[in-house]
Amino acid sequence: MGTFILRRLMFMVLVLAGMSVITFVLTHVVPGDPARLLAGQHASAEEVRTVAAMYGLDRPLPVQFWVYVRGLVHGDLGMSLTDRRPVMEDLAQYLPASIELTLAAVVLVVLIGLPVGLLAGVRRGRPIDHVLRFLTVGGVSMPIFWFGIILQIVFYKQLHFLPIGGRLGILDIEPPQVTGFYLIDSLLAGDLPTFGSAVVHMILPASALAAGSLAVVVRMMRASVIELLDADHVRTARAKGLTASIVLRRHVFRNALIPTTTVLGLQIGALLAGNVLAEVVFNWPGIGLYAVNAIRNLDYPSIMGVTLVISVIYVFVNLLVDIAYVALDPRISYGGGRPRV
Amino acid sequence: MSDVTTPGHGVEPAVVAKRRRKRGILGRLIANPLSAAGLVLVLLAIATGLAAPLIAPDDPLAMTPDLRLAPPSLAHWMGTDDGGRDILSRIIFGTRSSLLTALGILAMASVTGTAIGLTAGYFGGWVDELLMRATDMFLAFPALVLAMGMAATLGPSLFNAMLATAVVWWPWYARLVRGQALHLKHEAFVEAARISGASALWIAVHHILRNCLTPIIVQMSLDIGYAILTLSSLSFIGLGAQPPTPEWGSMVSLGRDYFLEQWWMVTFPGLAIFLSVMAFNLLGDGLQEALSPRLRR
Repeated sequence: MGTFILRRLMFMVLVLAGMSVITFVLTHVVPGDPARLLAGQHASAEEVRTVAAMYGLDRPLPVQFWVYVRGLVHGDLGMSLTDRRPVMEDLAQYLPASIELTLAAVVLVVLIGLPVGLLAGVRRGRPIDHVLRFLTVGGVSMPIFWFGIILQIVFYKQLHFLPIGGRLGILDIEPPQVTGFYLIDSLLAGDLPTFGSAVVHMILPASALAAGSLAVVVRMMRASVIELLDADHVRTARAKGLTASIVLRRHVFRNALIPTTTVLGLQIGALLAGNVLAEVVFNWPGIGLYAVNAIRNLDYPSIMGVTLVISVIYVFVNLLVDIAYVALDPRISYGGGRPRV
Repeated sequence: MSDVTTPGHGVEPAVVAKRRRKRGILGRLIANPLSAAGLVLVLLAIATGLAAPLIAPDDPLAMTPDLRLAPPSLAHWMGTDDGGRDILSRIIFGTRSSLLTALGILAMASVTGTAIGLTAGYFGGWVDELLMRATDMFLAFPALVLAMGMAATLGPSLFNAMLATAVVWWPWYARLVRGQALHLKHEAFVEAARISGASALWIAVHHILRNCLTPIIVQMSLDIGYAILTLSSLSFIGLGAQPPTPEWGSMVSLGRDYFLEQWWMVTFPGLAIFLSVMAFNLLGDGLQEALSPRLRR
């Protein structure tokens, strides 16, 4: 297990190096003249030269790359062109909101997806399976941004049931910042009304975000369950007299988790990206909303900062998923040890 | 060469067999009501795109200030937007750009990916190593996020959004084709072609690429819905088509300012995205089952 993690970490270092090259190319090479972009459209040639010298954009590309990488290693993503603050500070401020929303969506996907997928697999070919198949095709085809708006129309405008957006109501007071997650911070402060408000505000954006991944997980779970129900070891388990529920729990559900975990890991990428859309629709103050504002202001350092940070998170999550995969599948256990049942 | 690929068969029986197989695919496709529904909707979308100027009741760009934000009525089935433009006409014209850009993405991604995957898989060795590590690098990014970053740097336009998405997507095709090429290059008919003196390029194109076509087509049919979805998402956040171009994602984005009162401005364009993506997904799933029941992404 140790060597496996080490190997994956080494690959990750390579990937991160590659990512920094790609983002460098995107910020420094692709835009015809970054200095002109920085100086603004109406700047004189003189001003453009000054800006280029200020940001070191007049130096040769390899030197610029070196400066860029040195900055990255120290957590320096450059200055935001809109609010003139270090991009890293901005991201640190907005990231917790995004992570909280993503995690809420992951919780929804896991809590609903796994049992529903199991149900669809066990009831294969029955009406419930057909209904679920239709719903899952709908789920993967649903544009997050549109689904979010429809949810707002139904639950806010028509039913007056849930808030339209934001992390808290206008009258709520932000909990004192500890983790940046309102759910945790409000509990730590013992502020139950704020906690309740944070939960209520999270329902719609998390649902909009989760829909697509939920559908994918249900489909994967269903397919795995169907395959496992025909597997030899399951037949053996039944033949030796285990009850249906034990067979289902121990031999089908657990093994179906293995491929589903991989798919779930891949879905984290979709969730992180979908976050951008959900945050715009629900005015959720996370890095997605920040990125879209940066896009509107042509704030390249911020855009690249968000791209890089989301990608790094994605790479880390995939590492965790790979480790979870090994922990779940006794056949590829590294270094032995009896798997937990 | 043909007696190598189809040993023991003349030309005539092979053609007949091929025809029978084709009918079989369509038959199997329609047998599943969901796939059949997908096929019908896809054909409908294509027809709408082709005949847009003939069937659209109004000019998609003509501003009619008197008719601003009119609710759905007999004259304007889906209402009008903030410029008094007929939403139905804009959706009809939007079908064109959605289908064309999705095809554009798939064409660019599959051609690039196939060329790289074929080279890597067929030649192997350090070429394979180099190309595949580069491919892995691109796969390590979450696709939409990289596409977003790239489209933002290139500047907001529909073509740039298309290009950015293709750059993010080719690695899937490269991997798929490489896998097939690795497997195929040791097949007897490829060995035979090599022994009979065929050049590497000939073998790569005529024997390996040809046999990769089915999985590539299946993959494209599965991807086209997501291409539409990705493009409309990019347009929604302002990176694709710019208003007033009739494009579904940017129409939803425009409608966001009014959606609580003028619900039709977001509802109908979004529905168009949803239905067309679903149609392609249903068709893709059906094709996948009909063509290669064992193939999974």
